[in-house]
Amino acid sequence: MMTRKELDLWVGIFAVIGIGAMLFLSLKVANLASFSAADSYQITAKFDNIGGLKVRAPVKSAGVVVGRVGEIRFDNESFEAVVALNIDGRYQFPKDSSAKILTSGLLGEQYIGLTAGGDSVSLKGGDTLKLTQSAVVLENLIGQFLYNKAAEGTEKK
Amino acid sequence: MTGRIAELLRALGARIVNNWIWRLGFACRFLWFTLRESGASFRRFHLTIREIYFTGVLSLIIILVSGLFVGMVLGLQGYDTLVRYGSSEALGVLVSLSLVRELGPVVAGLLFASRAGSAITAEIGLMKATEQLSAMEMMAVDPIARVVAPRFWAGVISMPLLAALFSAMGVFGGYLVGVRLIGVDEGSFWSQMQAAVDFREDVLNGVIKSLVFGVAVTWIAVYEGYDAPPTAEGVSGATTRTVVTSSLAILALDFVLTALMFRGH
Repeated sequence: MMTRKELDLWVGIFAVIGIGAMLFLSLKVANLASFSAADSYQITAKFDNIGGLKVRAPVKSAGVVVGRVGEIRFDNESFEAVVALNIDGRYQFPKDSSAKILTSGLLGEQYIGLTAGGDSVSLKGGDTLKLTQSAVVLENLIGQFLYNKAAEGTEKK
Repeated sequence: MTGRIAELLRALGARIVNNWIWRLGFACRFLWFTLRESGASFRRFHLTIREIYFTGVLSLIIILVSGLFVGMVLGLQGYDTLVRYGSSEALGVLVSLSLVRELGPVVAGLLFASRAGSAITAEIGLMKATEQLSAMEMMAVDPIARVVAPRFWAGVISMPLLAALFSAMGVFGGYLVGVRLIGVDEGSFWSQMQAAVDFREDVLNGVIKSLVFGVAVTWIAVYEGYDAPPTAEGVSGATTRTVVTSSLAILALDFVLTALMFRGH
């Protein structure tokens, strides 16, 4: 029979490696440490079409994740999508920055690309981005391509 | 003829009421007693620590080795499929999401049911068969507070830790096969995984799943042990029932929890 001290030791080791595994899953696998919502500010951007953008999609600038999409809703006045972006408090962007909806890879998930402008005043929480570019919708693209082809055909005649 | 059918129906109804509904009601009352008498397992925590040793620490080897092999197999099979679409870098995503969301809690739960649940049932059942439980009652020691509750809480505490260890070991196994053996790029293996796995959505939901499975398995195990007929046959039957019922409970609960957690994504 084991003494109580030995039992305590083994259960202690078990608890430590178990909690270690949970920390590994949260920090290394889920990468919790890299971005916390604690010190972030929220800006909004209006898009004509957001394509397949989802809440919690990354906001990237120059390829680096600087924030996450916080909320997506539909504005019934202007018939546009309003996307709230939670930007990490460590990063400041000029007031005339622009946002684009981009796709990672050919069939990858969609994210927001933030391009810095030249203004000397920085964006604050609650500001709205003026310059936006909507998601590329494949059907519209194909439609445009076919239309152009048809137009070329009639010109040649 | 109609009399015969009525007889059959009556027998069927009696079976369902006696075997299922009565037992379920008794099991619920038993869980309530266990929770009510749980104070002692925390005031005298060394009782629970002893049981954590038997349910948790002694299950470590089987959990760690199975986790490693499941991860390695996922790595091989996932690579085989992903490489056809030229996206072998997504191997980390495939391995980690399947482990953290499903395989970790479910397979660890099944192993836990057969490794620890059966032992709990056999132990309590044998204690009852050899009248140790009645002896405790004679000495004014409540067997539920002294025997059942520490085992219940030990299982509830051990299960999430074991499931997390299983998933972590599986991710490591997938890394060994994918990156070290096959040669998937190490940077994109980890970075794609980190981009795809969400803390609240995936990791926390996995932990909640394993906690629910821990409650279900240990509840079934202590109940079957306490309810076992005090004979050698009765104890062996109760042990078998523990493994079968808790495995089915894990799979059914997993479907319900998955439907609740990952609906509409």
